[in-house]
Amino acid sequence: MTIMKTTPVILAATLGTMLLAGCERPPVDSEQVGYRGTAMVQVNNPRLATEIVVPEAAPPAPQAGPKAGDIYQNVQVLGDLSIAEFTRTMAAITEWVSPEEGCNYCHIPTNLASDDIYTKVVSRRMLQMTRNINSEWTDHVADTGVTCYTCHAGKPVPEYIWFTDASEEGASNFAGNRNGQNIAAPSAGYSSLPGDPFTALLTEQDGPSIRVLSTDWAPGSGEANIMDTEHTYALMMHMSGALGVNCTYCHNSNNFADWGTGRTQRVTAWHGINMVQYLNEDYLIPLGPVYPDNRLGPLGDAPKAYCSTCHAGLPKPLGGAKMAADYPGLLPQSAPQSQ
Amino acid sequence: MAEYQNIFTQITVHGPGDPGIPMKGTWGDKRGEIFMSYWLSKIGDAQVGPIYLGGLGVASLVCGFIAFEIIGLNMLASVGWDPIEFVRQLPWLALEPPSAEQGLNILMPLNEGGWWLWTGFFLTASILLWWVRMYRRARALKMGTHVAWAFAAAIWLYLVLGFFRPILMGSWSEAVPFGIFPHLDWTAAFSIRYGNLFYNPFHMLSIAFLYGSALLFAMHGATILATDRYGAHREVEQILDRGTGSERGALFWRWTMGFNATMESIHRWGWWFAVLTPLTGGIGIILTGTVVDNWYLWGLEHGLVPPYPDTGVVDPALSGAQ
Repeated sequence: MTIMKTTPVILAATLGTMLLAGCERPPVDSEQVGYRGTAMVQVNNPRLATEIVVPEAAPPAPQAGPKAGDIYQNVQVLGDLSIAEFTRTMAAITEWVSPEEGCNYCHIPTNLASDDIYTKVVSRRMLQMTRNINSEWTDHVADTGVTCYTCHAGKPVPEYIWFTDASEEGASNFAGNRNGQNIAAPSAGYSSLPGDPFTALLTEQDGPSIRVLSTDWAPGSGEANIMDTEHTYALMMHMSGALGVNCTYCHNSNNFADWGTGRTQRVTAWHGINMVQYLNEDYLIPLGPVYPDNRLGPLGDAPKAYCSTCHAGLPKPLGGAKMAADYPGLLPQSAPQSQ
Repeated sequence: MAEYQNIFTQITVHGPGDPGIPMKGTWGDKRGEIFMSYWLSKIGDAQVGPIYLGGLGVASLVCGFIAFEIIGLNMLASVGWDPIEFVRQLPWLALEPPSAEQGLNILMPLNEGGWWLWTGFFLTASILLWWVRMYRRARALKMGTHVAWAFAAAIWLYLVLGFFRPILMGSWSEAVPFGIFPHLDWTAAFSIRYGNLFYNPFHMLSIAFLYGSALLFAMHGATILATDRYGAHREVEQILDRGTGSERGALFWRWTMGFNATMESIHRWGWWFAVLTPLTGGIGIILTGTVVDNWYLWGLEHGLVPPYPDTGVVDPALSGAQ
């Protein structure tokens, strides 16, 4: 063959290979999860499944004996635990949150009761938050519950946290207004949707409504505009990525708003959205003044939670492993807790 | 016999320059430059020109250039005037319409919708000037004005999306951003906000005409190419005096589907399908949010939505649950 004839063949082969390089190798598993004809199918590629690492629980500790709060100073949350259980829980927290940094990530070795290191103040609030989630938010976390490891996964700062978008700070006020969107947004599936729908929709319980569809066919029952819809859309893209599922995991996409043809997972997700709003509003944002500057976002805001903070790409965090059941200090307490 | 062929053949059309038919009067007497392009001969006629620009064409290009520049410079400004980011992010960048608070204000600050409004003005002026130019060039050649009216159908959809519907809704924020991915995200968000556009009957019609256009185009192109060897490519002559080519084509379609368009009517089929695509689409858009706010619920009320079994899931907000 002449060069004139082989060149197009080589070119086509190269381009074809490049085009296919972005594909996942088939076959994939698909599971029908809704009524036929509604495209309610979950698609999973078993070759892409990541190994879920769940730390083993420490051997149980005696629950009898003097309480930690009576023996140690400044134990404000876990004071009801026995000394042995308290020590066991502290060791577990170290393994979950600061395995390399050790106890001294939060404690001053010569005075374990001291609150001088900010991480100890944050940890205390996080313990209260964990108990609150495991007791008040069972509609979302069921009896699986959460532990420090659910979000931290062995890292002092959880991998998936968010700050208010500051990419337009200091931008020209003469031209180029992006209105919080129109740039590749990893948080919204690399679309051009708003990259930070979270500040608007996940920071307060009485914030703007996520629901944008009208409840009647005639005009007048809905006030949301296209921009509101794009915020909701971006949040949903985040949820999809955070859980590793597509829209039909919860919705019948012929009418996203309709509950009666959707799945129960949507109710769980609804409680999850409420939970995240509450956690950000009552626990995470108020911690802002406690953090040093290097832990704050570009606008000086505290690190906040969203779906992927716990889910990390899985429909159930840690594959649904029930870690919390092994640690009584993290479970609902019989005595009322102060927040 | 030398045949008029190109695309996938070795023969290309490449002859001496043809300045076009002689005409009297002031219409169209200006003849521009003519040159030949080898590469264009691969897909069509090798001859480029004469181009007639005229006052309308120049005005249209100037307006179009202004709109193009406002969009491009705003995109460049949105990435901090960084040319590398401009190239990397280009498909994501956009010039955004005003936010909802601006309503139908036409005196807002440039960076809060003003640039978008100016762009809309110049782009619309450019398109309308180009339309007049299409119309007048056709009249100058004593042609029908079918091309201009087909173009007008597309302009109708463009004006519905960016002008008529925002005015009826009382807000420029309902209009489409100028950007590649952003206008697609807008389309998806628009459909979601108004309860799934697939339940909009005019959207259905528009899709039917759109796909129908492609089907008719393929059927007609295939028929003519297949009967080309019998002279059917001389379509205009065969309209008046059908030859064996068009008779074979007609019999082929009667054999296969019982009916055939005529050598003339197939062009009306194509023209109307194409023109009805944006005409019906524009009607569907202009009704959305103005007359119907949720197409799914509208379809439910009018028997359009098939009943799906209830899954028993209930809106948790109704029970007052936390």
